[in-house]
Amino acid sequence: MKKVTVYGTGCKSCNETAKQIETFSAANNIDVEIIKEKDLMAIMDAGIMTTPGVAIDGTVVHTGSIPSDAELQKYFA
Amino acid sequence: MFVVFTHFADWLTYQLLGLDSASNIGQSLHFFIEDTSKIFVLLFVLIYVIALLRASLNVEKVRDYLQGKNRFVGYVFGSVFGAVTPFCSCSSIPLFLGFVSARIPIGVTMAFLLTSPLINEIAIVLLGSLLGLKFTVLYVALGLSLGIVGGFVLDLCKAERWLIPALAARYQQQGEVELSHFSEDKALTLNDRHEFAKNETLTILKRIWKWVFIGVGIGAFIHGMVPAAWFEENLAHGQWWTVPVATFIAIPIYTNATAIVPIMGSLLAKGMPLGTTLAFCMSAVAASIPEFTMLKQVMTWRLLALIFIYLLIAISIVGWVFNIINVLG
Repeated sequence: MKKVTVYGTGCKSCNETAKQIETFSAANNIDVEIIKEKDLMAIMDAGIMTTPGVAIDGTVVHTGSIPSDAELQKYFA
Repeated sequence: MFVVFTHFADWLTYQLLGLDSASNIGQSLHFFIEDTSKIFVLLFVLIYVIALLRASLNVEKVRDYLQGKNRFVGYVFGSVFGAVTPFCSCSSIPLFLGFVSARIPIGVTMAFLLTSPLINEIAIVLLGSLLGLKFTVLYVALGLSLGIVGGFVLDLCKAERWLIPALAARYQQQGEVELSHFSEDKALTLNDRHEFAKNETLTILKRIWKWVFIGVGIGAFIHGMVPAAWFEENLAHGQWWTVPVATFIAIPIYTNATAIVPIMGSLLAKGMPLGTTLAFCMSAVAASIPEFTMLKQVMTWRLLALIFIYLLIAISIVGWVFNIINVLG
């Protein structure tokens, strides 16, 4: 089970990022738990300066855009 | 080179649609078609080219660069980076927090945030094609100065006192700052750059196409429908108070550079004084109610009020100076 955190202040791309990861993990049989983190201080502490940001098991792997399937493939490898 | 767009608009408006070239509606539509077709072609090409060049620039690099720099160098670089980094107002807060937690002075961060919406490649394309090179240089110089001086003034007032308490405490913390560096620094291949530029062009065009239509639409309306006499009677004399009033009204308005430049072109063509036009348009772009609402999450009312007053005074001065130059010249 991988814990995925999507950091974002609730903008459209942030919600789409969460959806994208859900679809991707379902298609690839990856067991994930997705948490949406909207708290500003938490976003700051994660060191994310452009949202949406994505962390897998506490490590930030992506920021600034909705990740593509190819990028997710890499992050989950 | 741009004449092809005039021919295109001639053909579409007067031949295909058969409108009279002397009528108001014919002139408005011609203006609209010529400007939108020109703008979209230019934007498409230039956003791609610029994105290709700046593919390796990101906000983390900007932050690392600004950290620990001399304050005065910081204002200038903060403002310049604000102009060249792509920026969407929905990421202004995380970016602001990232800079603050790296203990970059508030003034330097604000120099970045104030200049960012005013200057970007889209604004420059539009200004260059609609208003010419001289005006573009003037606008860019003013946009940079507004950020640089703003940063200086905010630090002079010790603006960090008026951040929300949790953030102010973070800013004053002692000890080493630990910065995250998750993005690996690899050399980009040409193909990486092409991918980035392609995505960037599509994302930006998707975001701004409606603004181009709105801006040029309003511009076309002013161009064809509002008689020059109306401007002559109401706005053309550049009475001193028109400048602060225009600024005061425009600061809360939510718009962006993409929409405002075509409007600016039409206002100038109708004889509205340069200073008043600049004041109205720059203050409409620089800040807005949605932007202040977002900043309220990290700032107290005092700081927001200070930013508002700064913009009001600084932009009014710009307006007055250019109205005077206009009258003398």
